[in-house]
Amino acid sequence: MRRIKRKSKFSLPSKYVLLVMTILCVAAMFLSLTKNLSGGPLNTVAGYIFIPMQEGINSVGTWISQKADNLKKLNDVMKENASLQGKVDELTQELSTIKLEQYDLENYRQLLALNQKYPSYKKVAANVIGKNSGNWFDTFVIDKGSKDGIKKDMNVIAGSGLVGIITDVGPNYAKVRSVIDDTNSVSGMDLNTSDNCIITGNLEKMNENQEIELSDLKDSANKVQVGDQIVTSYISDKYLQGILIGYVKSIKSDSNNITKSGTITPVVDFEHLQEVLVILNNKQNINSDSSSSSSTQTQQSTQSSTSTEVKSAN
Amino acid sequence: MRRKITIAIIIIVCFLLQTTLFKALSFATISPNLLIVIVSAFGFMRGKKEGLFIGFFCGLLMDIFYGDILGFYALIYMYIGYCNGFFRKIFFPEEIKLPMILISVSDLTCNVLVYFFLFLFRRRFDFGYYFLKLMVPEFVYTILITIVLYFVLLKINQKLEKVEKRSTAKFV
Repeated sequence: MRRIKRKSKFSLPSKYVLLVMTILCVAAMFLSLTKNLSGGPLNTVAGYIFIPMQEGINSVGTWISQKADNLKKLNDVMKENASLQGKVDELTQELSTIKLEQYDLENYRQLLALNQKYPSYKKVAANVIGKNSGNWFDTFVIDKGSKDGIKKDMNVIAGSGLVGIITDVGPNYAKVRSVIDDTNSVSGMDLNTSDNCIITGNLEKMNENQEIELSDLKDSANKVQVGDQIVTSYISDKYLQGILIGYVKSIKSDSNNITKSGTITPVVDFEHLQEVLVILNNKQNINSDSSSSSSTQTQQSTQSSTSTEVKSAN
Repeated sequence: MRRKITIAIIIIVCFLLQTTLFKALSFATISPNLLIVIVSAFGFMRGKKEGLFIGFFCGLLMDIFYGDILGFYALIYMYIGYCNGFFRKIFFPEEIKLPMILISVSDLTCNVLVYFFLFLFRRRFDFGYYFLKLMVPEFVYTILITIVLYFVLLKINQKLEKVEKRSTAKFV
């Protein structure tokens, strides 16, 4: 009894605990907004606890589907010929592994073809291992992190186009915010006319018609057409130039008669995203390779000023 | 200690399932929210303080892996767990109505708060759309999952309480 009594003496009333934790949360939010604080040691710990398990679940998932495939095939064969059961079993298993290998091969071939398309950048391939637990945002986690050379603000591509950008890195994982995320915007460019525009992710439009927003398109010559390719533009300090985002789906003049807006269809199939490539060159790094450090700083400052201009225009 | 480890395992398992399996099983891009079920259930089963801490850690997990601002989901989930703790006095394990109502209200509140803070301030005014196409489907899906998950949690909690009672009786 004494033991219990002593314990209850030291415990705080829950409203004070709530107050303390609220202050803690608000402080964390404030710090992450102002100082760009992102987890730090928390990221490391969480990364080492959760990432292996997430990878495990994924491998179990593929294992189960593989087994299910095997069983299905086995049943068919049993109906056809019961006497050749043993032989057929062996063969089906072999077949399924080969099929799996072929599937991998096709995937790698696709990745290789992509490699040739953007030859100048160093890249690392990564698997998607978890998606945002809520339904509001389109962020996901990949299984490569700072140990593989990934840093914040690197671009992520897949298939034939831009997937998103790295927003946070742990030792063995990285967070990616995709282009279709509601909070994401990219400065884009029409490949035919070189007109600039802003591409903004939109949850509502994405859910309804699989499309994202295009706005602030300055097209005085009226040449932008439906079906034009939209790539990332040169006015960005984070996105590398010339990565395909999507195709123009609809376009109309704004009420101010100066700019146009519309929608584009992204090229990447975000619903079935499994493998992605992370470009290991930051835009800033590329600039610093070609010029001295002092000029880079000025370049960066001009870039950031242009990006703020874009924001204010938006 | 036993309780803490058990709850940690429950949270980890549900978080992992939610981000992998249930994303694969999503209907029209909507997947259920298992963490809110845990937070809410332990809130009204065990009281304010435990709800508060479980909410905090569930939210923190989401912040670390999928959030933009560290502490945002932790704050929301923490308050949801705490508020559910007020209903401990009228909670009876045999009755299913109160848990269902509390879990659905928690899920909707959580989504409304996310909409309010992260969408409304970015000029996304179409609340009706988000309510009908996002919050309600998630709520329905979550309730379907809750029917199973709630009884699992209830059984685990009852077992834990039995073990705890036995061990305190031993000390006295």
